[in-house]
Amino acid sequence: MNLEQTATEIRKLCLESIYYARSGHPGGSLSVADILTVLFFEEMNIRPDEPDWVDRDRLVLSKGHACPALYAVLALKGYFPVSDLKGLRKINHYLEGHPDVKIPGIDAPSGSLGMGLSQGLGMAIGARYTKRSARTYVILGDGDMQEGNTWEAIMAAGHHKTDNLVAILDANRLQGENSVEKQMNYFPVIEKVSAFGWNTIEICGHDLKQIKNALNEAKSKKGKPAFILANTTKGKGVSFMEDKNYWHGSVTMKDEELKKALEELEYKNG
Amino acid sequence: MDKLQFWKVGEKVSLREAFGRVLVSLAKERNDFVLFDADVAGGTGAKPFVRQFPERVIQFGIAEQNMMAAAGGFSDFGIIPVVSTFAVFGTMRAHEQFRTAIAFPNRNVKLCCSHLGVDTGPDGATAQMLEDLAIMRSIPDTVVVVPADANELMGAFCSILEIRSPVYMRIGRSPAPVIFDSNHRFEIGKATRIKDGKDITVIATGVMVARAIEASDILKKKGISVRVVNLSTIKPLDNNEVLSAAKETGAIVTAEDHNVMGGMGSAVSEFVSQNHPVQMKIIGVNDRFGKSGESDELAQYFGLTAEHICKAVEGLLKRKM
Repeated sequence: MNLEQTATEIRKLCLESIYYARSGHPGGSLSVADILTVLFFEEMNIRPDEPDWVDRDRLVLSKGHACPALYAVLALKGYFPVSDLKGLRKINHYLEGHPDVKIPGIDAPSGSLGMGLSQGLGMAIGARYTKRSARTYVILGDGDMQEGNTWEAIMAAGHHKTDNLVAILDANRLQGENSVEKQMNYFPVIEKVSAFGWNTIEICGHDLKQIKNALNEAKSKKGKPAFILANTTKGKGVSFMEDKNYWHGSVTMKDEELKKALEELEYKNG
Repeated sequence: MDKLQFWKVGEKVSLREAFGRVLVSLAKERNDFVLFDADVAGGTGAKPFVRQFPERVIQFGIAEQNMMAAAGGFSDFGIIPVVSTFAVFGTMRAHEQFRTAIAFPNRNVKLCCSHLGVDTGPDGATAQMLEDLAIMRSIPDTVVVVPADANELMGAFCSILEIRSPVYMRIGRSPAPVIFDSNHRFEIGKATRIKDGKDITVIATGVMVARAIEASDILKKKGISVRVVNLSTIKPLDNNEVLSAAKETGAIVTAEDHNVMGGMGSAVSEFVSQNHPVQMKIIGVNDRFGKSGESDELAQYFGLTAEHICKAVEGLLKRKM
């Protein structure tokens, strides 16, 4: 599988798991799938057979509701069997509805928006304090940008000049009840984050090459944390879900909806 | 570590001073902890450590939610964050960060807060934390420690660094009489029976322990035999000691500088009511906000003195009969 096919496979697995769970957040999972693909298959220094390896790069999925995509990535990387994905959100299973560190490969709990960047900042400061080369990646969602805690972390990371920290904003511009613009507009965001001392980059969050280039640029700039504004589409890859608020979640997918979505994705993967 | 310098019994020492002393002393021996500060090291007592070990202080400015969640992430590298701020900010403003980013993933973070109860004094209601025990002890897997004096605080701090679990520790503010000598051994989850007695037990915590001892001396002269227990770990509760108090003395008064709802008295009564019900009276601040005043004036105002304990004991003994 090439990278693009991997991203599509992740989308399929993620939708299947949400289908079996009868709840979950497909829209935001699909919007973040390409970012996760590049991080785990191209960028991060990790050991799936040794999830707690102390020198590993770390990932904090602050928009924890998109964890079905992350779980699919972890399964494909070999952290746990792909067949386990069907246990998502089930009483007798370990794949929690939001990330839990007891799951192999999960570095931070999330689901309560606004706490992810702080945890990532703590990891970045911890790596620097212990003189380890580990880098920390934090994926933020639109909702995170409305939480005050995130802005405290933006201020502190700029102050502490944590250049081993990368924040990637999966900006699909739709939130639970409406558009970001109507609910609580936090844009323009690049200017705000730059003003706090970050190196900022803007990309299309579905262009694998742009994602990779942005991560490389983040690494090359010393003395500043990096903020990547990734413009994305909610529900990306499934035509009837794209840019539709309904698919934010937590939805129960009908049989025919899953079938149609998988057909579309399979067609894409040839 | 440098041999810890203990204070003499009877001296009046702020627990904040003990916090600074034990931090400095331990830092000379072990390099596996750092201080997370939110611009209040002068207020929490950590200042001597900041002066001597500036490279071991991570400064977060006045932004406690970020500090708390960052401590969770930082601990992943094997160095223990000792997070220190005023209790209102540490346990309440950043409560969800403690619960979700520290306790839930069972991360090794020690939250040590000053400015507790009306003992906080002139700063008044907004700074006087009267709800921390209720909200912290209700978080699973969290250890809650309340030292009674400066010497016990130093022992307690050494102990909480030894266990790999989230801990909340109270650091009293006003100069408090030293009760324990250097032979006292603090043990997590273990209460100390300071005085034995057969008529009734007073279980006290924090600044109320010295007042409970004072009360027992007054009552002794009236022929009432009071057992005094220092409950310096609120969670996990020392079930055996509480059960003995219920079984052997048949009545329990609890005393804490905290709201009467949800605190140490509640913890004791939860256990007693379900295992060996006896008459109880909970002394604390009666579901009110604090106010400005000196610590001793406020203790009088809110009913937290030795005299108030005596009155409660005598009242309860009548019901026990």
